[in-house]
Amino acid sequence: MSAKKLNLKDKYRLLTRDLDWEYSYADRKKAFPYEEFEGIKITDWSKWEDPFRLTMDAYWKYQAEKEKKLYAIFDAFAQNNGHLNVTDARYVNAIKIFLTGVSPLEYQAYQGYAHVGRQFGGAGARVACQMQSIDELRHVQTQIHAMSHYNKYFDGFQDWTHMHDRVWYLSVPKSFFDDARSAGPFEFLIAISFSFEYVLTNLLFVPFMSGAAHNGDMATCTFGFSAQSDEARHMTLGLEIIKFLLEQHEDNVPIVQKWIDKWFWRGTRLLSIVAMMMDYMLPNKVMSWKEAWEVYFEEAGGALFKDLARYGIRMPKFVEVTEKEKEHISHQAWWIFYNYGHAAGFHTWIPSDEELDWLSEKYPDTFDKYYRPRWELAKKMEAEGKRFYSQALPQLCTTCQIPMGFTEMDDPTQIAYRSSDYEGEKYHFCSDGCKHIFDEEPEKYVQSWLPVHQIYQGNCGGASVEEVLRDYYKLNLGADNLDIKGSPDEQRWKEWKGVA
Amino acid sequence: MSVRAITPDYKVQARDRVENFHGNQIVYVAWDRHLMFCAPFAYALPPTMTFAELRDQVMPEAFGLHEEFSKINWETTTWLLDNQPFTPDLNQSLKAQGVGHKSVLRFQTPELTGFQGKAV
Repeated sequence: MSAKKLNLKDKYRLLTRDLDWEYSYADRKKAFPYEEFEGIKITDWSKWEDPFRLTMDAYWKYQAEKEKKLYAIFDAFAQNNGHLNVTDARYVNAIKIFLTGVSPLEYQAYQGYAHVGRQFGGAGARVACQMQSIDELRHVQTQIHAMSHYNKYFDGFQDWTHMHDRVWYLSVPKSFFDDARSAGPFEFLIAISFSFEYVLTNLLFVPFMSGAAHNGDMATCTFGFSAQSDEARHMTLGLEIIKFLLEQHEDNVPIVQKWIDKWFWRGTRLLSIVAMMMDYMLPNKVMSWKEAWEVYFEEAGGALFKDLARYGIRMPKFVEVTEKEKEHISHQAWWIFYNYGHAAGFHTWIPSDEELDWLSEKYPDTFDKYYRPRWELAKKMEAEGKRFYSQALPQLCTTCQIPMGFTEMDDPTQIAYRSSDYEGEKYHFCSDGCKHIFDEEPEKYVQSWLPVHQIYQGNCGGASVEEVLRDYYKLNLGADNLDIKGSPDEQRWKEWKGVA
Repeated sequence: MSVRAITPDYKVQARDRVENFHGNQIVYVAWDRHLMFCAPFAYALPPTMTFAELRDQVMPEAFGLHEEFSKINWETTTWLLDNQPFTPDLNQSLKAQGVGHKSVLRFQTPELTGFQGKAV
């Protein structure tokens, strides 16, 4: 007699929901202490539909196969000096930002999903979050391996975890995830699974991965393909969590709407770094940030919110502002880094004449009017041997922690100033969106670890900017920072390519 | 609104209280319509500093990179302090004339229109 083999459905049940049990002598509320304080009402966890439909044994097998292929390509990339095939040394700076700014978020996601994967009362939600947690850990590991080859040949890759925790502009992505992880488990899922993974992730992943493909970076591009099927599962979890919460109880609707409003705005601010990467950092451009926003948010997101309307969910607050911002934010963000290029762990530069023309063509209503003059000034000063760097620290937004470089969208030569008073202290913001988020939860953001204020409080080492950069951030000054012109990166690249 | 926290009576101290700055206070300064400087500057200054010291000793290092800075006529320059019209008294301390911790000082020089007249 042959051994009985379980059919897929039974196996799935036994390895997921069936791992749960009834609480006969312990207090269920004490076992899941995070489940109620956010005000979310769950009436029936069994209504949760598992988004992944994967059991652990199938998951291991599937991922192991992908891993084998991925590492074979990494090996080939290293053995064939793949770094020489990228379009230009400037390109590599985009992945320096990815390694220091995005990969540590994958690790934060791993930690965040592990936490909520323990805290939900429903076994289906727990299993889904635990699986995503393992995915995220795999992503951070494969990203490190994909980019480790560049560390042998380019500056700025050597101390990325240390930099993520300390460097001023990396507090933007770090504080985004700290905010999500210090929220309750339901808000975490709306923040990361829904608002980020479902609504906005295409604006992070597609630009970086197709940017890699367009610029000859086989390692990053292959990682992207390997992660793609995971991302599809993560998006499914994002959609399931929102449907589940909205169907469970009508009282959940306003709470969920509030979280969507908050995390949509937080996400758009975080993506301003991707915007400048697309428009300024890729030697071979994929599409403009404005085009990406139109395709991946306005069209795709618009359709999604139409579907959600039947639950009483509307478009995120301040969405009308983003319609104007798509014309401006990439230019304003890259200008911030050009101003503070001496304090960045990657190189900055003035766009070439061809790139300036590309920007004029892609942004006919704004570029020549508002942004080309900034680059004309930079070019003039550089030609005079006076490439300038700002000589004082910038004011930061309390919520998104980006320097206050964004303007009024209806008056683009005027910096936008917003502020709130809370318990006798003043707080400043770059936008109505960031002010609104603060005003909803001031207790949270009065704790913002704003890098500029921390330097002035003496919590970042020495008294001078140079000491902070060298000793506290651990930047190799003169190599990691400053303009790409005259950098060791550029010099090596020219030697490899035989260019004088 | 206030935060929903798992800790009852969740209370925290603000991280950027003035007493954490070792006797200084934070003052933000910006030159309107001169976007060569991407954002307002943040300075840590003694509250006893006079406005003249701020204007003539602190500000030139960073603002002086702009070719129009030396052309400013301070007699006709207008100021906003925390979004309200403000007439600085050069000889008084910042604190005595209401420039407090995390105040924003902005100045306008309408006759100087920036690089190429484009507010840069």
